[in-house]
Amino acid sequence: MQVILDQDRCCSSGQCVLTAPEVFGQSDEDGLVMLRRSDPEPGLYADVRLAAALCPGGAITVGEATGTP
Amino acid sequence: MTTTPTTPTLTLPAAHGSCPFDPPPAYDRAARQGSVTPAELLDGEFCWLVTGHQEVRTVLSDPRFSADARHPGFPFLTPGRRALAVNNPSFIRMDDPEHARLRRMVTKDFLVHKVDAMRPGIQRIVDGAIDRMTAAGTTADLVTDFALPVPSLVICLLLGVPYQDHELFQAQSRTLLDNRATQSAVEAAQRGLTGYLTELAEEKRKHPGDDMLSRLAAREDVSPAEIAATGLLLLVAGHETTANMTALSTVALLRRPEQVARLRADPGLVRGAVEELLRYLTIVQSGLPRVALKDVELGGTLVRAGQGVLAMLSTANRDEELFGTADELEVSRDARRHLAFGFGVHQCLGQPLARAELQIALETLLRRLPGLRITVPEEELVFRGHSVVYGVDSLPVAW
Repeated sequence: MQVILDQDRCCSSGQCVLTAPEVFGQSDEDGLVMLRRSDPEPGLYADVRLAAALCPGGAITVGEATGTP
Repeated sequence: MTTTPTTPTLTLPAAHGSCPFDPPPAYDRAARQGSVTPAELLDGEFCWLVTGHQEVRTVLSDPRFSADARHPGFPFLTPGRRALAVNNPSFIRMDDPEHARLRRMVTKDFLVHKVDAMRPGIQRIVDGAIDRMTAAGTTADLVTDFALPVPSLVICLLLGVPYQDHELFQAQSRTLLDNRATQSAVEAAQRGLTGYLTELAEEKRKHPGDDMLSRLAAREDVSPAEIAATGLLLLVAGHETTANMTALSTVALLRRPEQVARLRADPGLVRGAVEELLRYLTIVQSGLPRVALKDVELGGTLVRAGQGVLAMLSTANRDEELFGTADELEVSRDARRHLAFGFGVHQCLGQPLARAELQIALETLLRRLPGLRITVPEEELVFRGHSVVYGVDSLPVAW
């Protein structure tokens, strides 16, 4: 799984941090989403997909890398 | 009279039915006819009522729908709402990039880790309110003694508004949100709050504190009118919503003793319970207004450019396919797909703060007042069906 962010679309709602705190954070500098890891382990896939679905700005794209179950 | 698919059968805003926690039955009936149905506003204008979960998400996130009330066809529930949206609007009535410029000036104070750092302070405010209630006796009005002062104190600290002015801003906030208020009453309340916040910001420019209004006032790239509009939005949204959610959640929970018992036994359930209460109660019940800028096919219906739409969060949050037994409150349900905070770039900025306040307030209330009960029959409670933010006027309790 590969997680790609579009910071221009981030509206700092914090949904991603609440849903998958291991993967997403928020920058003190500009309040925008940050990636803690771009290639999360399989145990976090469900949370990351939900975070992408809940993101109100559509700032999170989840790509399924080869070999992803 | 002939009936075409675009003939309105419903006038907005609609009244509540026998269950005070359910959306008005007219919205529910519309939702059963389809996810996009025709309706008529009080001023006689046509608009589309959008009730389906997916369609509400689309309306609120697709840039072909505008939140800018200056566009022709924008739907207004009342003359008061028209005045508010047109006179010095805040960024919730703007589209990007104007909206993002102003919103991003205030997002940093609502980041999840910033709000987490505020939790001990919120806990002290919540405990202080309960201390005062228990010191005064064994009965209280949970609205005026707890649900309203707690978020008011929190937003005052964050914004830098003196809490001693709470009667002024709480009364004017109620008028701003009241669908029965005349246009002149709404305009007077808006002028009153705008004047108050403009003076306060000017004072902060000279004597800054560690608060949001001081930080806004110190910037060169924002006008006094923009600061006042942003301050008004944060002050009103910051206390009315959480206050009504706290009181209404207490009413909804106390009718379900077995769910209260589960929450008391396992406080770890509180986070999920708050999401479920947000879904079930969806206190912004009158719909979020948008206007189509282009022709859009929405749920099999063609919405024409220039037509107004109202995105109904309350019916979207009762989607049976998504939530199952959606008309029931079930605190252990996974309700995270609810749209109580809206969706799209305008989704509630203060949601991490609202969640923290609700989690702390409800957990502490149930823990510290094990005998908490409502002392009047439910039919005597006065529900705020006339307000943009649903709630109860007062809530007599004992413990």
